[in-house]
Amino acid sequence: MNTSLGQPNLLAIGFFFVFVVSTMAITYWAARRTRSADHFYSAGRSVTGLQNGLALAGDYMSAASFLGIAGLVATSGFDGLLYSIGFLVGWPIVMFLIAEPLRNLGRYTFTDVVAFRLRQTPVRIAASIGSLAVVCFYLIAQMVGAGNLIRLLFGLSYETAVVIVGGVMLAYVLFGGMLATTWVQIVKAVLLMGGAFVLAFLVLLRFSLNPFALFAAAAEKYGASVLAPGKLVSDPLDAISLGLALMLGTAGLPHILMRFYTVRDARTARASVTYATGFIGCFYLLTFILGFGAMVLVGQDAIRNVDPGGNMAAPLLAEVVGGTAFLGFISAVAFATILAVVAGLTLAGAAALSHDLWVNVVRGGKASDVEQLGVARVSTVFLGILSIFLGIAFKGQNVAYMVGLAFAIAASANFPALVLSIFWRGFTTRGAQTSILVGTASALLLIYLSPTMQIDVLKNAFAPFPLRNPGLVTIPLSFIVGIAVSKLFPEPEAAQGFAALQRRVHLGPLAGTGELPT
Amino acid sequence: MTDRQRRLEELVAAQWRLAVLLTAAMMAIYFGFIALVAFAKPVLATVLMPGLSLGILLGALVIVSAWVLIWIYVRWANSHYDTTVDSLNEGGA
Repeated sequence: MNTSLGQPNLLAIGFFFVFVVSTMAITYWAARRTRSADHFYSAGRSVTGLQNGLALAGDYMSAASFLGIAGLVATSGFDGLLYSIGFLVGWPIVMFLIAEPLRNLGRYTFTDVVAFRLRQTPVRIAASIGSLAVVCFYLIAQMVGAGNLIRLLFGLSYETAVVIVGGVMLAYVLFGGMLATTWVQIVKAVLLMGGAFVLAFLVLLRFSLNPFALFAAAAEKYGASVLAPGKLVSDPLDAISLGLALMLGTAGLPHILMRFYTVRDARTARASVTYATGFIGCFYLLTFILGFGAMVLVGQDAIRNVDPGGNMAAPLLAEVVGGTAFLGFISAVAFATILAVVAGLTLAGAAALSHDLWVNVVRGGKASDVEQLGVARVSTVFLGILSIFLGIAFKGQNVAYMVGLAFAIAASANFPALVLSIFWRGFTTRGAQTSILVGTASALLLIYLSPTMQIDVLKNAFAPFPLRNPGLVTIPLSFIVGIAVSKLFPEPEAAQGFAALQRRVHLGPLAGTGELPT
Repeated sequence: MTDRQRRLEELVAAQWRLAVLLTAAMMAIYFGFIALVAFAKPVLATVLMPGLSLGILLGALVIVSAWVLIWIYVRWANSHYDTTVDSLNEGGA
């Protein structure tokens, strides 16, 4: 097919320009309200349930969801849907185990929760390492997506595109903090869901509004195997491992967990998960139609010709069904998506660096508000520059796959410590430390030894570790290590604090004993 | 143990039971689906009607089941759980 992708698209530039100008206006408005650390990290806890639900959806529906999954479904059919489904089923886990206790126990980061009744310094150092590892991998995926998209869309070089994303995102976070980031997420979530809905509708118009006619056309064109599990998941254990990481990783993503502090109380946190799961579920059901739509209407060869990773399936589909104008709109939306997610990630990383490491470890919890805000902004600049370098260094990776790795680390490093600290009386400082560090290190090591790294990237003939996703080994390992170390070295003070923790989890901060943890 | 403490402990236990039950249900549904993907590929390839394989149907149902489980939890939490928390908080610290 002939595509105008890769040539400057004035409409796309126009749409994108409007998005940047309006979000900058939001940032200006938010900057005037961001005067304290409380505002910077948690928008003054003023966000409503519906707003936070949209913002959570905005944070979660990343470039990986929109570009990566549509591409995976278009190029490998049913197998790509495993990502759609796996990304959604983590939300009930967040709801049942994490959201409300997190809101009641913490202040800015999930580390607050793990450190609630344990010794602050060692736990915060360990948890920050887990947080930052996840943030970095996730940032890589988003930056690679951004670079590809803008290169194809505007004809800019990959590197220039990455620098632009880094720069605009920095402006949001640096000046507008959580309030600007939240509203950027809301605007982006509405645009993305609206765009995906219109795109799916335009696709289905060609199949008498019957999705099964579309799937049947895909089966006719590329064989019935596209509707069935296939080659992408060739090893059964790999499928289970990926599934486990996607499901439990959601509950360990620092930028998602941080959103629960922007609302007033635990009940609003509950309402936000309900809204978010509704929005995200609808969106992932739409990816079924977008992916197969691109397979049939664009064609697998045309998609791979533009980008071997398949990431351009959705924009190409938009061009086929809606012309250059719609391509412009969808591309601008995808770009906005990446910007917003990168902003959320950077804010979460900055919170780990400044709130957890600087304020609580270096300064022992005693830092003035001016100092906290200053350190948070310095951390933001540092992470913004780091994300640009990572984006350039990891050029050419499939974005959905990179996000899979981020989830593996989140599920192995953060999730076990979070659950054990909320629900198990016997959990100790040493247990938390080792669980987080073993989870992070084992996930990173096994990813390095996996076929993806050894065979696909390093071009070796053999990979020492057989699974592409390490979750099946590293998540149980992190739980076992956390429990075993806690049993070996009991910590009576931590166990004594458990009653206060439980009271506060259920009755809220006001009913708990003592001060807010800082 | 005061009456308030006892009621709080009952609430903690009830919340934990439901959270574990619903988490287990979600994991069973999802990993049941993944196990089919991993070990019963031909079953999922069964075509129910033109364009609809069993795999795609079950995949969509996994998403729907997540909504249903959340709905169950929210119903319980908004009524029973919140009422109890309110009455415990009114009872003073």
